[in-house]
Amino acid sequence: MLFMIQRALLLLIILMAPTLVSAQSADAPIQLILQSHSEAIVKSSRKTIGPAIDALAQSGLPEAQVVLERWQAKEMWVNKESGLFVFAVKANGGLQTFDVSDNSETGIADKKTFKQLKPNSGIRSMIAAALVQFQLNDPIPENRQTALTAIERDAQPSHLIALRGSLEGEEDPAIRLRKTRLERLLTIRFDEDEAARISAIEGFDGDLSVEVRAALNPLIATEIQVGEVVPEGSIPVEVGSDELTESQAYSFLVENELAPATVSPQAVKETLIANIEGTAVAGIQVATLDDVAARETAYKLLAQQGLADPLVTNAQKAAEIEKHQFFRTYVGASLPVALAAQAALDNIETQVALNRTADLILDALSLGSIYFLAAIGLAITFGVMGVINMAHGEFIMMGAYTGYVVQLFIPDFTISILVAIPSAFLVTFSAGVAMERLVIRWLYHRPLETLLATFGVSIALQQLAKNIFGTQARPLTAPAWLDGSFVINDIVSISYIRIAIFVLALIFLALFLFVMNRTRMGLEVRAVTQNPRMAASMGINPDKINMLTFGFGSGIAGIAGVAIGLYAKVTSEMGSDYIVQSFMTVVVGGVGNIWGTLLGATMVGTLQKGIEWLNPSNTLAAQTYMILFIILFIQFRPRGIIALKGRAAEV
Amino acid sequence: MVDITSAGAPTRKPFVMRYPSVAIFLAILSLFTICVTVLGEGFGIGVVSTSFIKTLGKTLCLCLAALAMDLVWGYTGILSLGHMAFFGIGGYAIGMWLMYARTEVIVRESLSAAALPPTPQEISDGIATQIFGVVGASEFPPVWALAHSLPLQMAAIVIVPGLLALVFGWLAFRSRVTGVYLSILTQAMTLALSLYLFQNDSGLRGNNGLSGLQNLPGLEAVPQSQISILFFWASALALGLGYLLCAWVVSGKFGSVMRAIRDDESRVRFLGYSVEAYKLFVFSFTAVICGIAGALYYPQAGIINPAEVAPIASIYLAVWVAIGGRGRLYGAVIGAAFVSLLSTWFTGGQAPDVSLGFFTIQWVDWWTILLGLSFVAVTLFAPKGIGGLIDRFTEHRSPERHGADLGPDAGALREKEALE
Repeated sequence: MLFMIQRALLLLIILMAPTLVSAQSADAPIQLILQSHSEAIVKSSRKTIGPAIDALAQSGLPEAQVVLERWQAKEMWVNKESGLFVFAVKANGGLQTFDVSDNSETGIADKKTFKQLKPNSGIRSMIAAALVQFQLNDPIPENRQTALTAIERDAQPSHLIALRGSLEGEEDPAIRLRKTRLERLLTIRFDEDEAARISAIEGFDGDLSVEVRAALNPLIATEIQVGEVVPEGSIPVEVGSDELTESQAYSFLVENELAPATVSPQAVKETLIANIEGTAVAGIQVATLDDVAARETAYKLLAQQGLADPLVTNAQKAAEIEKHQFFRTYVGASLPVALAAQAALDNIETQVALNRTADLILDALSLGSIYFLAAIGLAITFGVMGVINMAHGEFIMMGAYTGYVVQLFIPDFTISILVAIPSAFLVTFSAGVAMERLVIRWLYHRPLETLLATFGVSIALQQLAKNIFGTQARPLTAPAWLDGSFVINDIVSISYIRIAIFVLALIFLALFLFVMNRTRMGLEVRAVTQNPRMAASMGINPDKINMLTFGFGSGIAGIAGVAIGLYAKVTSEMGSDYIVQSFMTVVVGGVGNIWGTLLGATMVGTLQKGIEWLNPSNTLAAQTYMILFIILFIQFRPRGIIALKGRAAEV
Repeated sequence: MVDITSAGAPTRKPFVMRYPSVAIFLAILSLFTICVTVLGEGFGIGVVSTSFIKTLGKTLCLCLAALAMDLVWGYTGILSLGHMAFFGIGGYAIGMWLMYARTEVIVRESLSAAALPPTPQEISDGIATQIFGVVGASEFPPVWALAHSLPLQMAAIVIVPGLLALVFGWLAFRSRVTGVYLSILTQAMTLALSLYLFQNDSGLRGNNGLSGLQNLPGLEAVPQSQISILFFWASALALGLGYLLCAWVVSGKFGSVMRAIRDDESRVRFLGYSVEAYKLFVFSFTAVICGIAGALYYPQAGIINPAEVAPIASIYLAVWVAIGGRGRLYGAVIGAAFVSLLSTWFTGGQAPDVSLGFFTIQWVDWWTILLGLSFVAVTLFAPKGIGGLIDRFTEHRSPERHGADLGPDAGALREKEALE
């Protein structure tokens, strides 16, 4: 009715056109389209606006893009009297209006005679989707890229045609490649022609990207169905298998109204309660109904009296299931397409599995290098000197907090990290030297006492850090050039921080080997650990060497602390998170051998990642099983992977 | 303490005469128990609050655990950093029954109002939903299979820690893992256990732990003041019996072999003793004692969670024994009581703050630091701990060996037979 009035009004306006103040071309094609959807456009409801936007988008008129854009920008107004649409912006208390057909200025109008169209966000996103096809041909390459991204995010069937249309004229090779790929993906999803879909699917054979899998997965969706015979192309399903248990099969029959419903224990209970007469149900005392068998007996009595639906016995269930065939049918696409998708996905899955393994190995190496970093200081103090230092974890923590404090003073992250590393070394070196002088040197050759005393230091340091820095985690921010990941493909990627930690671990390994095997100090350290008296008689000061060695090991722990702080949060408890694993790494690897520590760290890292992979999202379980494994491992190689042999082992 | 050569001779004096410290200890313990009973709220004049009696009862349980630790560390030289794990297992074992039975009472009550009497299945489902709702489960995990039965769970208090210690000890001792390596291995075992318990699908309510353990099912009518005294008695009894048993174990030939293993393991092995069997026995035996201590401790604490099993707890146990003095049973008891009560006093906020003018030391924050540093000091300067003070008043003195070391454990009390 209203529509009729509007049409009449429109006719009137067209007749009166020359007399109107604003010279709107009321018979322009775009205006006519707008007018034919005028009611929906003015009403601005997400539910009814669809046809209007579609009509504009598919009109083929070049000005449709401008209309959609300005409508989206809330710059389209409607004349309250004539119902004609104009573009307008507020200017000087009035409205500067433009013609919808050619965007030409049509003069200043009174604001009161126009009503602004305010599409809500839902409608604006619909307009945006419609605009995409115009943007695909936009002369500016960035806009075309944006449009492609928009399609990737939320593809519509209509985009396929637009995309195909825009392929011809595309000159930029990179965008053309992207468009082609997207066109293939959309073909898989939306094309009506099966042959085209299948060829598109086959074109993606072995492609690892997430989008391809996302496009293919819905096609192979299956559903269990039931019937008298198994139709062509469906996979029969055995009842009683994991896929379909007997009770599932029966309830499926019930859902499809092919079998009478079972009576659940809950229903039995409710029926019994509903039929209580005095203190009895069907002549049985209520008080005796405290087990399932008694309740069923009472229920059967009720059923005999016709007061309840009969129970379905197991034999009946089996018979009903026997009568029917269960099968899986592809519901996402027609059979040939689904089979093609299945074949492609199977192939992709193999590739994905291979790449996942590669990714897992990278992860394991990265975790291994973190453990190695945490353990390398220990490899010096424990492995070389034989001093059990339970406060080693707290030295790691001190290094991390040093990094945090340095960042408080130096806001530039790159410089602050460069400053933090030597200062962390200095801080923990001095702490290590102090601890060696004050505590450890009195306790050489009394390892259990060393363990306890250093543990005392450990709890004191931990609490001290808590008192100074509080219990909440403190950030240690990596410089921007360490942000992001090194992406090999959609599955294999590794963050730059982890690469940096890996590199740092290698540097430390080289440093350790150099210091121990190529320097005077290393020679003296080895001499003192092998035979302090002999070393002393050769003019080496064992006290000084012990002090420096312990300081060196502690200093490395401090640097490791900075690295670990970049990767995890800095808390007062971060040291104790690593201490047991670090000792395990050293013990598993073989005490006194840096290559052993390296192997140990790799093994512990691989093991933990492997267990996590078997039991995802459960790091706690992974750590538990890893520790159990190590306990068992030590059974078979009590001296670690690389055991020192002969006289060196006795030192 | 007659010299070992006359052991088994007809002139041998009675056990109590040979070890007067046992009688003294038991006398002090009984006196203490009577005093607390008289002063407590439950049956006495009510000078001492119920919560403090619970603290005292818990302390007695910790003393029992420290006794076990002394046996394994002070006498046998195995620095186990895993005995609090056995303590926790004992607590979990009794906690499961307490929680099950208590919830069963509640569930039965709420179901009794229903029109039909509940089936066993409905009761069990109701209890499971109550207990495991917090971790998003509603079915009993397999570890709860015995939770309905008090005798079976009581058996679990003894069997589970004992068996775990047996298996772990067998694995560790047979591959000759000794010294610090064994310490680290036991610590790893504790860490593994606590990490396992922290998971929600461990079946023991993850980090929520078991709670409401102070409510004894069937004894709802008895006030907490009396229950606390009952538990105090039970703890005192357990400690007394434990002390007697430990004193008996370390006396005689068995004890001599234990100390010999501590001082020179390979020599004992060459003498023909099965060192591994001795160690395994001590390790498992002390694990059982710890389990029992834990089972008495947690009903008084009211709650147990995986943090109680964390490696740090076991290290504190070693700290107590070291501060008290190793290789003398009373030392462990004194150390545990002294440090844990002091710790309660400091961390409870009752200790007065110390003002240094520019800075105020609040003991809640600084107590751990003091403890850590004094622990270092004890290790360095007073390896005999508090027990060393007692030595000054008794005839015990270390043999003067002109600087030569008697064995790896300089801190432990030496036997007189080592005197030259």
